[in-house]
Amino acid sequence: MAEPTTKDVLFDPVVKSNPIALQILGICSALAVTTKLETALAMSVAVVLVTGLASASVSLIRNYIPNSIRIIVQMTIIAMLVILVDQFLKAYFYGISKQMSVFVGLIITNCIVMGRAEAFAMKNSPSMSFFDGVGNGLGYSFILIVVATFRELLGKGELLGNKILGPEGLVAEGYVSNGLMLLPPSAFFLIGLIIWAIRTFNKDQVEAA
Amino acid sequence: MQTESNKQTLIVATCLCLVCSVMVSTAAVVLRPAQQIQKMLDIQKNILKVAGIYDKTLKVDSQFKVVEPVLIELAGKRPRITDPSEEGINLKTYDPRKAAKKEHDSVEVNPPGSLPQIARREIYTIAYEIRKVDGNLDQVILPIYGKGLWSTLYGFIAVDADGQTIRGITFYEHGETPGLGGEVDNPVWKAVWTGKSAFAASDIAAASFDHLPTPTVKVAKGEVTANTPQAEFKVDGLSGATITSNGVTSFVRYWLGPDAFGSYLQQIRSEQAESTPTSAVAEGENNG
Repeated sequence: MAEPTTKDVLFDPVVKSNPIALQILGICSALAVTTKLETALAMSVAVVLVTGLASASVSLIRNYIPNSIRIIVQMTIIAMLVILVDQFLKAYFYGISKQMSVFVGLIITNCIVMGRAEAFAMKNSPSMSFFDGVGNGLGYSFILIVVATFRELLGKGELLGNKILGPEGLVAEGYVSNGLMLLPPSAFFLIGLIIWAIRTFNKDQVEAA
Repeated sequence: MQTESNKQTLIVATCLCLVCSVMVSTAAVVLRPAQQIQKMLDIQKNILKVAGIYDKTLKVDSQFKVVEPVLIELAGKRPRITDPSEEGINLKTYDPRKAAKKEHDSVEVNPPGSLPQIARREIYTIAYEIRKVDGNLDQVILPIYGKGLWSTLYGFIAVDADGQTIRGITFYEHGETPGLGGEVDNPVWKAVWTGKSAFAASDIAAASFDHLPTPTVKVAKGEVTANTPQAEFKVDGLSGATITSNGVTSFVRYWLGPDAFGSYLQQIRSEQAESTPTSAVAEGENNG
């Protein structure tokens, strides 16, 4: 395998090897924070920051980490970063942080973050690891934002809490909002449809039946 | 470098813990003032929301100017304290939640068990009065708290100037299960409270400072329609959250009852009765 370039590690995870669509990781939080675009965006930024910085820091000390405690070391670094993000959100974006409630803290258990630290950052340089983390965060964000856009639009007829298409909003124009879209199962359906769409164009992602 | 030795493992683990704990505690200390301001604004926003006057296009602190905080002696004979400094209390810095934890600023809940799982409550608390344009009382916002299933729920209940009609309820802090007990945040459920009566009309009629009425409002199982017996006291319970619902019933009853805001509500009712002749027209409009 050729040495990966920065561009590869940054953009491959967005569609080609998307952590949610291909590896089916981090589904839980993708269901929870996507009823509204606003929380999805905040979650995306948080995850991009955490995966990027976690991978960079793990990579920085990768040669000193004893093999026997490497998972705990990764976990500690991730947990610290998540707490920092959580504290920051509480200080400056209180409303959003309240809506995301436990799911900010649960970034710690998001398999994408640790998956990248273990699979990539333990073997690559800090800068490459940083971009790989950011790339995977972006891949996660991409799915989150698409799902949230559909859920908020179809579920409430709004986007980012704003009425769209006409001053009174879609609902007043005669659109009947689809309550199912605001419930967790709809995120499963949407993610399923996205996976289907991606695999239709990227045949090599299809697993042998 | 030998990375597998016990010594190396211990050194790495210790250094990592030190670095991480320093980072986390620094963040917590540095960001605390900003977080406290946000928390206060959030509480003010909740007060405005429960009063039904919140406008999200305007700044919270400028809207909050119509709200007047008043010091209340819970279960006191003269509950509204006109001069808090006499009690050695500064309204701006007084924190009822801290007071409830201090031996000399709190008293035992009476009768014991009426506020489930909470043994002591603060002596003084802060309520918020909102007046109409003509200066007459419109509604009061009372702080309430109590145990649900997992957590203590903190919130506000808005009571009309008649001292019995509930205008709204809200919770600004709780740790109930999202989707079940956490549905106390659901605007649809909160709206169900509006217009419910906290007390039975006969109890209100017979009420005096020596005979404070016991609240009858209740979070009940099953849908509440106009035909349900005693529908005016019943709030449709939260499915899958019986313990949270029962908790809410208990502590709402406690806070509106004789050991808490009962005497303050009685004071409001008697003040209203005195002012009725002068504001009869306005009252008539409200009832119409």
